[in-house]
Amino acid sequence: MKLRLTADMLVDEVLERVETLSGQKLRACYQCGRCSAGCPVVEEMDIIPSEVIRLLQLGQVDEVLSSKTIWICASCLQCASRCPKGVEFSSICDALRAIVLRTRLATPKIDADGLTRVMMSDAPQMGVVGALRKLNG
Amino acid sequence: MGERIGVFVCHCGTNIAGVVDVKRVAEELADYPGVAYSTDYTYMCSDPGQNLVKDAIKKHKLTGVIVAACSPTLHEATFRRAGTAAGMNQYQVEIANIREQCSWVHRDNKEAATEKAIRTIKIMVEKARLDEALDPISVPMTPRALVVGGGIAGIQAALDIANAGHEVVLVEKSASIGGHMAQLSETFPTLDCSQCIMTPKMVEVAQHPKVKLMTYSEVDDVSGYVGNFKVRIRKKAAYVNRDVCTGCGLCIEKCPATTPSEFDEQLADRKAIYTPFPQAVPNKPVLDAEHCTYFLKDGKCGICAKVCPLDCIDYEQKDEFIDFEVGAIVVATGYDLYPIENLGEYGGGKYPDVVTSLQFERMLSASGPTGGEILRPSDGEVPKEVVFLTCCGSRDTESHLPYCSKICCMYLTKHAMLYKHNVHEGQAYVFYMDVRTGGKGYEEFYTRAAEEDDVLYIRGKVSKIFEEDGKVMVWGVDTLSGKKIEIAADMAVLGLATIPNQSAAKLANMLKIHADEWGFLSEAHPKLRPVESLTPGFYLAGSAQGPKDIPESVAQASAAASKVAALFAETEYHREPIIAVIDEDTCAGCRVCVSVCPYDAAEFDDEKKVARIKEAICEGCGVCIAACPSGSAQQKNLTDEQLYKMVSAALEV
Amino acid sequence: MKIPYYPGCTLHERARDFDDSARECAMALGVELEELPVWTCCGAVYPLVTDSVMDILAGVRNLSYASRLGDKVVTLCSFCYNVLKRCNNVMRDDAEKREKVNLFLRADTESREKIESYTLEDYEGQLEVLHYIEMLRDVVGYDKVASAVTKRLEGLKVAPYYGCMLLRPKKEMKFDDPEQPTIFENLLEVLGCDVVDFPMKTECCGGFQVVNDEELAVSCSQNIVVSALKREADIIVTTCPLCRYNLDRHQERMAERVDGFTSVPVIYFTQLLGVALGIDKEHLDFTDNSVDPINVLAEKSLL
Ligand SMILES: Cc1cc2nc3c(=O)[nH]c(=O)nc-3n(C[C@H](O)[C@H](O)[C@H](O)COP(=O)(O)OP(=O)(O)OC[C@H]3O[C@@H](n4cnc5c(N)ncnc54)[C@H](O)[C@@H]3O)c2cc1C
Ligand code: SF4
Ligand code: SF4
Ligand code: SF4
Ligand code: SF4
Ligand code: SF4
Ligand code: SF4
Repeated sequence: MKLRLTADMLVDEVLERVETLSGQKLRACYQCGRCSAGCPVVEEMDIIPSEVIRLLQLGQVDEVLSSKTIWICASCLQCASRCPKGVEFSSICDALRAIVLRTRLATPKIDADGLTRVMMSDAPQMGVVGALRKLNG
Repeated sequence: MGERIGVFVCHCGTNIAGVVDVKRVAEELADYPGVAYSTDYTYMCSDPGQNLVKDAIKKHKLTGVIVAACSPTLHEATFRRAGTAAGMNQYQVEIANIREQCSWVHRDNKEAATEKAIRTIKIMVEKARLDEALDPISVPMTPRALVVGGGIAGIQAALDIANAGHEVVLVEKSASIGGHMAQLSETFPTLDCSQCIMTPKMVEVAQHPKVKLMTYSEVDDVSGYVGNFKVRIRKKAAYVNRDVCTGCGLCIEKCPATTPSEFDEQLADRKAIYTPFPQAVPNKPVLDAEHCTYFLKDGKCGICAKVCPLDCIDYEQKDEFIDFEVGAIVVATGYDLYPIENLGEYGGGKYPDVVTSLQFERMLSASGPTGGEILRPSDGEVPKEVVFLTCCGSRDTESHLPYCSKICCMYLTKHAMLYKHNVHEGQAYVFYMDVRTGGKGYEEFYTRAAEEDDVLYIRGKVSKIFEEDGKVMVWGVDTLSGKKIEIAADMAVLGLATIPNQSAAKLANMLKIHADEWGFLSEAHPKLRPVESLTPGFYLAGSAQGPKDIPESVAQASAAASKVAALFAETEYHREPIIAVIDEDTCAGCRVCVSVCPYDAAEFDDEKKVARIKEAICEGCGVCIAACPSGSAQQKNLTDEQLYKMVSAALEV
Repeated sequence: MKIPYYPGCTLHERARDFDDSARECAMALGVELEELPVWTCCGAVYPLVTDSVMDILAGVRNLSYASRLGDKVVTLCSFCYNVLKRCNNVMRDDAEKREKVNLFLRADTESREKIESYTLEDYEGQLEVLHYIEMLRDVVGYDKVASAVTKRLEGLKVAPYYGCMLLRPKKEMKFDDPEQPTIFENLLEVLGCDVVDFPMKTECCGGFQVVNDEELAVSCSQNIVVSALKREADIIVTTCPLCRYNLDRHQERMAERVDGFTSVPVIYFTQLLGVALGIDKEHLDFTDNSVDPINVLAEKSLL
């Protein structure tokens, strides 16, 4: 594995979008990994939260946008709560989802079948509304 | 208008000349009223530059000099010396700053920069016109030092000053000197026993004929100024006549009341009458009234008084106050650990097997509560797996402290290593963000821990610790492999951040010396004056100034001591005469100045019914001058008239 | 005493037991929860992207309604509490967003006035958004709660589960210490319970992810339930319908995954409060639980 790094890879429209949408400064993250260490769903992620930020720091936007991670995050805010640098990964994650959904890079997470299933389930309303807002935009 | 002022415009290579048209500046100033001579030169501070000034003073019979150059903090002294050498009073040499405050900040507008330089110099010409010849104020020097704090830094400073032949009063608030170093087991990077290298120094300072050691004492009040401080020390009631006590320890043995020992970091108990540790200096007990049955239950108990063969116990003893005159004060109040309660994610102190670094240090100590064995506080078992956590509260801009505590990487490495020396089959893990090993032999020490003692370093910050099934569960991460790490350990040790001693803030306030926003004492200059406070006469030693290990604390203590010795080498101390002065003829005697002066330098003359400034104390802060309703208080060489003319020149009115 | 109350959609539908028990308890404590005459869903999740204006409109609309009734609004569901409180903070602190959202509120009023007489006033973040527990502590007072207790829950080991949304983000919610909160424990002590302090009380149950990825929610909830069980909790109490759902509904699945798993009932804290206040169990509505709490409560002679 090799990454040939160039200066212009580090200035990217989408990267800027991530920063403005999330309100977070990517370079503020010093890669302590605490966000990943405390995440309750990290087991299921293909790229752990701190690595997502690292990849963004290295300009690797595509890899991040196509990751499973951003759809697994449960928005529990534990990462943000304990980050020593005040970086909210949860907000970065929301921003990444928003970018994917708004630019239609992928279809909404819950498809037509899923929607029927969701509507029929006995899950509380707020869970359904929450999921649709987070995962379908 | 008899003044003849010389103007010397410096190019500073291209630093100034690259932006400011120096030739034009010199030419314009030549025509300014009162200017008798004006010139420019590449480097004014060089020898030829200085000679240019000296020669011009003589040749043109100058009455004042303006050097238009860099900031006065750099070369004011240089040019004042040059002036003096040419027979001019040094307070008639002035600097106009056309570098830091002009050429450097106006690089993109040369024309405006040149205009500003001209105006800046004109302002100083207006000042110089009315500058009086002044003499530095000399005050007598009391060659005795006060050292506050009896940790390794305070001990070292006291010894060095005493060995230079000066008297020292060493004040320590607890019952023994030694500070935190006395609590340590073995010390990085050489693993020598802390007690063994420390005890001789403790004894030496206590027995030194020039040192007056005052333990269980605190500074109560300080007044005066460099060379002439008056300090009042409060000797706290120990309820033991410590002058007579031989330290036989009978009272301690028989005392029925116990409380957790501060020295053993709450891992063991001490008695209500106690010496903090066996090698304490002085090895004489104090009675802690807060935990003593006699005091808590109205006279019930009194056992210590009964058993003491020398009748030392005195329940009626009161705090005593002792006054000293000293010329310099060294502050060496040391550090504390960041409270574990602030780290709720690690249990905030509620899990017995999650210990602080100083607690672990006590466990490692052969004279500690476990006799040097590593045993879990919860059940006394030998822990098979121990997790060490760096940066607990440090390097956290969000919820804790932003700075690096500097010593924890090293002491946790030492802990992991010593744990392995104790428990051979055990496994030590260190969670780290960076292993900071900037010191002689430190990197080698860390390498040894990782390679020879098989300490596993894991790069990541632990998010949470909790207890489950009798284990200490650690949720960490390894950012190098991208995996969340969970360890079911037997014990965890927190490398808590270093914070200033909690009593230091109050002390700093009383001494009127600066501390940074975290409470560490501020040095006068971060590079060039690292052991002095900005307030003259105060010196800083050890971890009171910032996190430090032992070698650094000792080095700083010796440096502070040598500064004190240099100060004491003179019998008089010279101060700047730019201070307030009161015109007795116009003073209305309202005493406003007396009430506003923060240094108590304004006093009232009851006979003449006017106020007067004590020259030796006035710092020239200007508060009284602003407050005086009759305009009688004036700053020397910065009088209202001068200021008015300077402002007029600035506004070109 | 009347306090404006925002129930939120779930409490009107699938968490009626939460709503009913909360109203009953409030009544017993001399508080009338005055339901807002008009209200809508708050949106359930607070948007974490910065360009969200439309997304907070729903929350603000409800705050604007509530501001007509008083200076406080009480809510129960952790998600509603989180959304309302954060919307309130934005309206109070962010002038630019306040301006924009208020423009929407005005447009809203204009379009609806034709249908019904209905107005929304500009909103400035002036309300105090309270969680029901905060109301008990600060408005009613725990001492008053204590004196209203008719049946002390002695011997009942209760694990209080906070979840995420009450506590985080800590700077905005300011609800309690985000790592070692105690407000819930203090209430339970007032009721006479044996409080079970368990380390997973602030971990996430999986939240809305249950809708899309049930396995994920089962794993998350399992950690929490097992941790409470290890400390011999008789019962777990929650403040959120989604947490309740996740912790309660998946226990059969947990039993398949964890050796020696025994089930533990999960109820709303208001239901337990109701028991302590001596409210008839019919009003507390213990019918919606997968793991029946009645047995446990009866065993301890509390019902
Ligand atoms: C766990 C741990 C392990 C360590 N291991 C090592 C090691 O192996 N090697 C190494 O080089 N360094 C080590 N250190 C660092 C070492 O402890 C410090 O460098 C050293 O103790 C600093 O000495 P000090 O005199 O500046 O401060 P302190 O030791 O804190 O001494 C300050 C003294 O001042 C007194 N005092 C405070 N306020 C007042 C007041 N207002 N009036 C009167 N007296 C006052 C205090 O009671 C105390 O006696 C370790 C530190 C820790 C926490
Ligand atoms: S916790 Fe914060 S600083 Fe640490 S890796 Fe995550 S985002 Fe970066
Ligand atoms: S907000 Fe998302 S990424 Fe952050 S800890 Fe929770 S689940 Fe993990
Ligand atoms: S009076 Fe009793 S309790 Fe107090 S110090 Fe003496 S022996 Fe101990
Ligand atoms: S018994 Fe008396 S002499 Fe002995 S240590 Fe105690 S106070 Fe000192
Ligand atoms: S010295 Fe090491 S452990 Fe201590 S704060 Fe600095 S980096 Fe962290
Ligand atoms: S304030 Fe002025 S007038 Fe008043 S006493 Fe002081 S010098 Fe005199």
